[in-house]
Amino acid sequence: MGSALSSDPAYLPPTVRRAAKILVTGHFAVGKTTFVRTLSEIEPLRTEEVMTRAGELVDDLAGVEGKTTTTVAIDFGRRTLSDTLVLYLFGTPGQDRFVHLWEGFAHGALGALVLVDTRRLADSFDVVARLEDMALPYAVAVNHFDGAPRYPDDELRQALDLLPDTPLVTCDARDRPSSVRAVIGLVDHLLLHLPQEHP
Amino acid sequence: MTPVPGGRALVRSHVVTGGRGTPSRNTLDHVTLITASREDVEGLEPETRRLVRLCLGGWLSVAEAAVHLGLPVSVTKVLVADLVDSGHVTATAPAAPAGAPSPQLLKDVLDGLRALL
Ligand SMILES: Nc1nc2c(ncn2[C@@H]2O[C@H](COP(=O)(O)OP(=O)(O)OP(=O)(O)O)[C@@H](O)[C@H]2O)c(=O)[nH]1
Ligand SMILES: [Mg+2]
Repeated sequence: MGSALSSDPAYLPPTVRRAAKILVTGHFAVGKTTFVRTLSEIEPLRTEEVMTRAGELVDDLAGVEGKTTTTVAIDFGRRTLSDTLVLYLFGTPGQDRFVHLWEGFAHGALGALVLVDTRRLADSFDVVARLEDMALPYAVAVNHFDGAPRYPDDELRQALDLLPDTPLVTCDARDRPSSVRAVIGLVDHLLLHLPQEHP
Repeated sequence: MTPVPGGRALVRSHVVTGGRGTPSRNTLDHVTLITASREDVEGLEPETRRLVRLCLGGWLSVAEAAVHLGLPVSVTKVLVADLVDSGHVTATAPAAPAGAPSPQLLKDVLDGLRALL
């Protein structure tokens, strides 16, 4: 090809023309990267995102001349779902300082899957609360780590202050069928809660 | 500029804005799918040329193209928008425009996921 590329591109099947995007989020070390890797058909890639000091995702460089910027890497993977459709999963960090970055990613996303570790439930409060503030629909998936405590669903719902219709599933981010089921839980929920504009 | 039947010159917005804030740029996101629609790369800047060459291989998302080129996504979007305007790159419209994904898209995603089980 003449000019060097950073990696070998894995092109999409030639008939694919629609791309859906789902965010996989959650606190530090909750299994976001593992989850994306488990579902991806390609070796997960890492984007380089430019953020302003204030944490805003830089979308158009024209607006930021003279501002101090910093970069953050976001893992993502892809799974072809049919002849015409591909799903992209972005593992977006849940920490507060990434909130504006998150809003940028939420644009055009179907929804978010929030991974939760029952050994560190308190670390998930902010993530769930923030999703509640954003208009992005979400489902919660407990990524069950070995030796982590198991709680009844109603206790978890109460601890995380979930709305009654927010889906709560358990998954193992290392296991494909289990991770697929978690995403299905989210998309089922999205179909049930379609905005009124779509009859 | 090509004269249009009404008599007024059709001026593409990026000419007016000097390449800033073009409509094509605003519709691009991480999962916009792109491919090359022209092979001639003469006169293009080296980075843009690499992007066209990458896109000649088939379809990829903007995010993947950025990674393969070793560029930030924001920079890649600017290059893609310019190449869409110059006719070198074709980009798909967003499948889920901000706000409401269509029921059909959600059903197709669901069917595709179920088929993985
Ligand atoms: N036992 C067990 N370990 C897991 C599971 N998911 C992830 N891990 C491990 O937990 C660690 C953290 O997982 P990552 O996928 O890197 O988590 P992350 O959320 O991407 O982490 P950061 O990006 O650093 O916030 C890794 O060592 C994983 O191998 C799981 O379901 N069960
Ligand atoms: Mg990670």
